Amino acid sequence: MAHDNHDDHGHEHGHDHGEMSHLDAMEVRVRALQSLLVEKGYVDPKALDLIVETYETRIGPRNGAQVVARAWSDEAFMARLREDATAAIGELGFSGRQGEHMHIVENSPDTHNMVVCTLCSCYPWPVLGLPPVWYKSAPYRSRAVSEPRAVLGEFGVELPSTTRIRVWDSTAELRYLVIPMRPAGTEGWSEEKLARLVTRDSMIGTGLALDPAGLDA
Amino acid sequence: MNGPHDMGGMQCYGPVNPEIDEPLFHADWERAALALTVGMGFAGMWNIDLSRSARETLPPVRYLSSSYYQIWLAALEKLMLERGMVTTGELESGVMQVPPVAVKRVPDAAQMQAALMAGGPSERVAGSPARFDKGDKVQAKNIHPQGHTRLPRYVRGKPGVIEQVNGVHVYPDSNGNGGGEDPQWLYTVRFEARDLFGETADHVVLVDCWEPYLEAR
Repeated sequence: MAHDNHDDHGHEHGHDHGEMSHLDAMEVRVRALQSLLVEKGYVDPKALDLIVETYETRIGPRNGAQVVARAWSDEAFMARLREDATAAIGELGFSGRQGEHMHIVENSPDTHNMVVCTLCSCYPWPVLGLPPVWYKSAPYRSRAVSEPRAVLGEFGVELPSTTRIRVWDSTAELRYLVIPMRPAGTEGWSEEKLARLVTRDSMIGTGLALDPAGLDA
Repeated sequence: MNGPHDMGGMQCYGPVNPEIDEPLFHADWERAALALTVGMGFAGMWNIDLSRSARETLPPVRYLSSSYYQIWLAALEKLMLERGMVTTGELESGVMQVPPVAVKRVPDAAQMQAALMAGGPSERVAGSPARFDKGDKVQAKNIHPQGHTRLPRYVRGKPGVIEQVNGVHVYPDSNGNGGGEDPQWLYTVRFEARDLFGETADHVVLVDCWEPYLEAR
C-alpha cells in the first residue's frame, strides 16, 4: 500500500526504498499523516519543525530548575511566586502553552507535595517540558492519589512518617510546580550552581533535590 | 463519561517504572506526533476540551493498549474525520483524494512560536460572584455525566473543603461537548484521603473542581 505512493512522489530510488523497508508501522503511518496534512495545506512544515525544536531545545526542566534556584535565593521572587506564579515565572522568560495558569506548592519538613493528572497528562510544559512516559502511564495516574507513599517508594523516595503528603490532581488548566526543599550545606551558592541540584522529578514531587555532596563528587 | 481514562484509585496496573535517562522521544514518529497534534490544534477546528474528549472516548481496549502519543494520534485522526478534513482512504494512503476544507488558521513558523509562547488562557471575566469561599465545606456531587467532564469518579459524593478560589474558567463539561465556553468558577478542593480510600490513607488530595461539580454541606 505504501509502495503505491512511491511512484507519485518520485521516491523510487534504491536507498529510499531500503529505508522504507526498515520503518515500522507507526513510522509509516505518521509519515503518511504528515505528508497528507501538509499536502492539504492544514499545516506549515516549518511550523511543525519549530514545535519540535522548541520542546527539544528550548523548553525543558532546566527552565523549572532556574525558577526553583531563584526562589531559594531571592525572598522577593518567592513572594511573587506565591502571589502570581504565572507572572513571576514569566519574569524569567518562561510562559505559554500548558502553563497559562501556574501555581507553586512548597515542600517543607512537614509537607510534601506531589503532582499527578489522573484523567490525562496535564503537566506544566513551560517549566518542565514534555512529560515523561511514566507520568502519562496507568500505574502513576491510578495510584499517586490513593497510595502516594508506595509510589514514592518506587522512585526511591522515603519520607518521615510525620511528613504530610499533599497530592495535587491537576485535571485541567491549572498547572502545579513543586518547590523542593533547599538542601542543607548550600549557603552562599550561586543560582546556577543551585539549579544543578534541582531535578525534574523534584519539581513533580516524585523526587527530592540532589545532595550537594554528590554534585561535587 | 465513566471511561478507562478516569484512573484515580485503580489498583490493577502494577508498579510505576521510571526509566533512567529517558529520551525525550522514543522514536522519530513520536516527534511528528507531537508536532502534528500541537500544530493542528492551532488550526482552530476544535478546542482543547474537545481534543481531550476525543482521546477519552476512544474504544477502551485501544485506549489502554496504546502509548500516549498513539492516543494523541488516534484522537487527531478522529477529530479530522469527524469534520470531513480527511477521509479514511487518505489516512491509509497518505495522499490527498478530496479537496481540503477551510481551516481557521495555518500559522507559519514565526506565528507558531508566538502562539506557543502565548498559550491559550482559560480564565474569563466573572459574570457572577463566587458561590464558595476559601474554607467552605463542600461535597462533590454524585453525578455521572454521559459526556465530557473533569470530575474524577474517586471524589464524587465525597466531602471536601475549598482550598483556593481560582477565578472563572472555561467549563470543560460544556466546551468539551460542543456547548461553548460557559465559564464557571473554579476551585481547588481539599479531600482527606481517608474519606476517599479508607482509614489507612493519611494524606490529602487536592482536585480542581468547577462550581457546578460542588454543593454546600
